[in-house]
Amino acid sequence: MAAHKIKHALFCALITLIISYPILGLNLEAQGINVTLSGADAGTLMLVFLAAVLVFLFQLFRDHIMGKVRALPFLQPSQREAMAENKRARIESWVITGIVVLALFWPFFVSRGAVDLATLVLIYIMLGLGLNVVVGLAGLLDLGYVAFYAVGAYTFALLSQYVGISFWMSLPIGACLAALFGLVLGFPVLRLRGDYLAIVTLGFGEIIRILLNNWTSLTGGPNGIGGIPEPTLFGMEFGRRVKGEGNTSFHETFGIAYSSEHKVIFLYLIALLLAVFTALVIRRLMRMPVGRAWEALREDEIAARSLGLSRTAVKLSAFTIGAFFAGFAGTVFASKQGFISPESFVFLESAIVLAIVVLGGMGSQIGVILAATAVTILPELAREFSEYRMLVFGAAMVLMMIWRPQGLMPMRRMHIELKGQE
Amino acid sequence: MLEVKNLSMRFGGLLAVDQVTLDVKEREIVSIIGPNGAGKTTVFNCISGFYRPTGGKILFRGQEIQGKPDYKISRLGMVRTFQHVRLFNSMTVVENLLVAQHRHLNTNLLAGLVRTPDYRAREKKSLERARYWLERVGLIDLANREAGNLAYGQQRRLEIARCMVTEPTLLMLDEPAAGLNPAETRDLDQLIVSLKEDYNVSVLLIEHDMSLVMGISDRINVINQGRPLASGTPEEIRQNDDVIKAYLGEA
Ligand SMILES: Nc1ncnc2c1ncn2[C@@H]1O[C@H](COP(=O)(O)OP(=O)(O)O)[C@@H](O)[C@H]1O
Ligand SMILES: [Mg+2]
Repeated sequence: MAAHKIKHALFCALITLIISYPILGLNLEAQGINVTLSGADAGTLMLVFLAAVLVFLFQLFRDHIMGKVRALPFLQPSQREAMAENKRARIESWVITGIVVLALFWPFFVSRGAVDLATLVLIYIMLGLGLNVVVGLAGLLDLGYVAFYAVGAYTFALLSQYVGISFWMSLPIGACLAALFGLVLGFPVLRLRGDYLAIVTLGFGEIIRILLNNWTSLTGGPNGIGGIPEPTLFGMEFGRRVKGEGNTSFHETFGIAYSSEHKVIFLYLIALLLAVFTALVIRRLMRMPVGRAWEALREDEIAARSLGLSRTAVKLSAFTIGAFFAGFAGTVFASKQGFISPESFVFLESAIVLAIVVLGGMGSQIGVILAATAVTILPELAREFSEYRMLVFGAAMVLMMIWRPQGLMPMRRMHIELKGQE
Repeated sequence: MLEVKNLSMRFGGLLAVDQVTLDVKEREIVSIIGPNGAGKTTVFNCISGFYRPTGGKILFRGQEIQGKPDYKISRLGMVRTFQHVRLFNSMTVVENLLVAQHRHLNTNLLAGLVRTPDYRAREKKSLERARYWLERVGLIDLANREAGNLAYGQQRRLEIARCMVTEPTLLMLDEPAAGLNPAETRDLDQLIVSLKEDYNVSVLLIEHDMSLVMGISDRINVINQGRPLASGTPEEIRQNDDVIKAYLGEA
């Protein structure tokens, strides 16, 4: 037993050394055209060695340490009986309304940068909520979700460039086109599950990105597309000068001084509106037959089929609806940036959105909103750490899997009152 | 109502079901018995469309259904339970029953989003149906529990309730008494008889509990190593020499 533990701990320590020594202990230095290899200074080597010792000790006493940590009070799932269901639901809806109202007025009191960041948060919330349908509810691991986001963004960019279509027209078109792509992807992967599905969707995401990158004549390739217009409010533009034909300008109409902040705030409000819309629609869907069918398929596909659910219809609807909201988010993103290129739609984006869903708690909307906020804002707060963003991400995921595999805010099932109903 | 003619199912070199013929009439309880590995579940899987039989015909109300997709077969009014309980574990008990009523609900997305009167009316009806069956199987107090947290016997009953809310005409039960204690088995016995008498459902039953089978079956089919061994009323089966030999040989 003990010997086995020591062996295991030694092995882990050795792995630590093998991985960290070449990375940290050896430096490549460019001298003219030659590259030379040199050892790092003694301090670094000491640190690497120390890390290995630490790993050794941790692995040796792991059961002991983990047992202690697990017993910490704040990690215990709350044991107290849930308060009366209807009361809880009422409080919850009040809190949510409060947050939305606060979010409505908040941008008028903070800096432009903060509002900009908040818009990004809202975009990620939309993406998270949409992917939550596919991954959290229907249980289909989709690693190419960014493709639909790209479809939404590029639809707006291209339509505005070639046809001169406005944001509001493009919003439904982009979303529907993304949904169509979702449907198209859905067909070939109907029979796939788990890892296989993940790999195929991953490939699909890359195909879209590479297509955008190489179809230079249409998309401008890596140079991207610029000059994407901002949304207008009933034909009023937010720029200093009116660009679109027949449009007026916001600040002139209302007789106020021009301020570049108007535009940012307006975009934020649109994103807020769309995010709330997304949340409400998906919330409703979850309580509809289609939402329950998604979950049933995730829980037990064979049982679902034996009860008359068509796997095809259920899976395709999940992919399509998930993609639809990614298209939404994409259109807002394109409008916010004013410029898009394939750079914005790399696999990392899919991974981030997936992380949001997993961290937030599969199927839980509040959880996804919290996680989207955290994942977007934290790296901004600690910019010095932005290099380590992925490292922190990974660590957070591992820790979550150990202590709260169900996510920050696990999904709560809806309470359905049956008695006393006639 | 259900006619199975010369059904065969081959898995590679293994002929799991060999020329099985059986039929179920309206309001009848028909059992399939046989030692483990005899091919009983495989017969179920063929009838319910999980497997495409390699030979033979299956007729439901005169319509050939062999090879049809499973979900279409279940929509014809023929639903089954599984040898190992298959519930939607992290969904609540009511939700399990609502999923099953997909066919009775208004599944139009727009209708659901704006909650049209028709949508609401159907939803109300299916909740009512769920309530009715939960009371019938004694699970009403657990309606909002997660199905996976129920005790084993309760899960078995929920599985039957989940079939019944689809309003089937033929119910296929795969070893429903497995793992139940004697009291629960007695309740199950009564429930199955009541399904036939009060709800006009025909039942096709796979079961090892001989007293249950002998007590409630109108007819019994015995299968051994994929081949039909005997069929007839419980009395005939009890006295059939082949059956006695096969079962004694087994033991
Ligand atoms: N999908 C399958 N692939 C291969 N062999 C199978 C499959 N399903 C069942 N079998 C085989 O068919 C035979 C009958 O199994 P089954 O129908 O489960 O028996 P029973 O339900 O009567 O105990 C067994 O030998 C089993 O191994
Ligand atoms: Mg079996």
